[in-house]
Amino acid sequence: MNDQPVRVAQLSCGPEHSGVQKEIYDAAEMVNAEMFFPDVTLKDITEAYQEFGLEAKSGDLKLAIARAKALVEGSVEADAVFIATCFRCSEAAIVRNELRRYIHNNSDLPVVSYSFTERTTSGTLLTRMEALTTIARRRALLAREVQEGITLGIDSGSSTTKAVVMKDNEIVGTGWTPTTEVLGSAKSVMESALEEAGIKLSEIDAVGTTGYGRYLIGNQLKADLIQEELTVNSKGAVYLADRQKGEATVIDIGGMDNKAISVQDGIPGTFTMGGICAGASGRFLEMTAKRLGIDITELGPLAMGGDSSVVPMNSYCIVFGTQSLVNALAEGHTKQDVAAAACRSVAEQVFEQQLQEVEIKEPVIMVGGTSLIQGLVNEMGKLLQTDIIVPHHSQYIGSVGSALLASGFIDNKDR
Amino acid sequence: MAKVFIYPSTSLILSDMVERFGHQPLGAAVAVREKIQTPGLDSPPMQMTPEDPKKGLKYAAVEVPAGVRGRMALFGPMIDEAEAAIIINDADLSFGCMGCSRTNELVKYLVRTREDIPVLDLNYPSDEEEGIQFVTNIKGFLDSLNMPEDESESMDNSGGEE
Repeated sequence: MNDQPVRVAQLSCGPEHSGVQKEIYDAAEMVNAEMFFPDVTLKDITEAYQEFGLEAKSGDLKLAIARAKALVEGSVEADAVFIATCFRCSEAAIVRNELRRYIHNNSDLPVVSYSFTERTTSGTLLTRMEALTTIARRRALLAREVQEGITLGIDSGSSTTKAVVMKDNEIVGTGWTPTTEVLGSAKSVMESALEEAGIKLSEIDAVGTTGYGRYLIGNQLKADLIQEELTVNSKGAVYLADRQKGEATVIDIGGMDNKAISVQDGIPGTFTMGGICAGASGRFLEMTAKRLGIDITELGPLAMGGDSSVVPMNSYCIVFGTQSLVNALAEGHTKQDVAAAACRSVAEQVFEQQLQEVEIKEPVIMVGGTSLIQGLVNEMGKLLQTDIIVPHHSQYIGSVGSALLASGFIDNKDR
Repeated sequence: MAKVFIYPSTSLILSDMVERFGHQPLGAAVAVREKIQTPGLDSPPMQMTPEDPKKGLKYAAVEVPAGVRGRMALFGPMIDEAEAAIIINDADLSFGCMGCSRTNELVKYLVRTREDIPVLDLNYPSDEEEGIQFVTNIKGFLDSLNMPEDESESMDNSGGEE
């Protein structure tokens, strides 16, 4: 790790009173980042929020506006920006959104925003903080567009573990299994991918890991790259979709959390990661498939034959979603309509909760296992009123991104 | 001497005035001092812990943002303890600033509904003349707190202008 800490400017309202400031500091320390509060004067605050034109009543939000202006105008230097406000505060939600947009449009600084509760822990913040520092620290690596040599990428997700072997910019082997025991699942997918590729582990030039189990697997395999999934998935998405230049939006609806990333030339600008409840994730679709008595792979085609508008469904919480599901079936709705409604409900949740927090720029690329559920992609396309790209091997996005970026380390090793 | 809750609670000017006229100000400095003088490093700079928002549940329900409940863990007990209160509405940032507007609404409401204590509710002055009247009103209110109960009755809850 580079000795020089990444300087992350904190624009916030409430964390010091909610008991989560220490968690923010802890998460930053884990990725060698240094949080700081941009210095502004009282006069700056008064002028800044009046010029900004948003009549926030809260003093801390006025201060955040002044600090954002100082960053954009260059009177304070930073490598990245972290915006944090209380979950449930409407005024903070408005200011948070506008500040993120303002910084994104007027500077090159990577920004991440987060709404916290008093239960927010450093572990929750780690992936976001890691992505911020990676973007600031590894721009050269993220600019890599071609995979070289033979590399292995492993993505240890909350639901599934995936592996990909790449050789000379081609995917030559894949492996996939539900995540049970992290190391065991990784070993299994690695063996499958190597077997399919007809390559021995000793022939691998570099290894990259991502996902929740990235540290455990990465340390075990002595991986060259251990990196969070936000930057890895963005890179993998634009690589597979052949959209490495220009703007793009990457949506990854995962088993446990969702990611929405606004990308410029393959490098994430703003991103959100979260999800209010499992009701807005792949987990709800898995549960729907189980309830309908079908395999998850059949859900997409089934949903395509249904009409989502005839079944009211609210998956804001997985319990409410299940209730809607059971009621809809009890009322005699067809399996097709219920499947379509479940897809629409998840798409709506992601649209309402997360896509409002990033600038949607076309093309929109959907990745991850859920992107194979045609009904979900269809419903998301309807909401965003655009044709969504689902690249080939989209379910292996993290592994592909890891394998691609890991090849950047080959030159530094004895081959 | 009365314990006087001040709003904005961060106002050093207001705190100083209360002290000069012989009373004990209850403001942010008092509550924060308690927190930061407690040994240990919880969550700098305020040393709040996730337990504090739970204490704030007495004043604001769980649906309310954590920052509001954390702040209420500081301000709530002072409002309970207060024997009088001064509220300055629409104060300039330089006079004293309370970070969260949602907390401010709740704090003012809780103070105004404490019908058992005298409350001076003033607007922040916009010119010199209003400034003089502003200080006079505060002084009058604070002086009345020293008077025997029957003499100060006329000033209770009507000591100033809205």
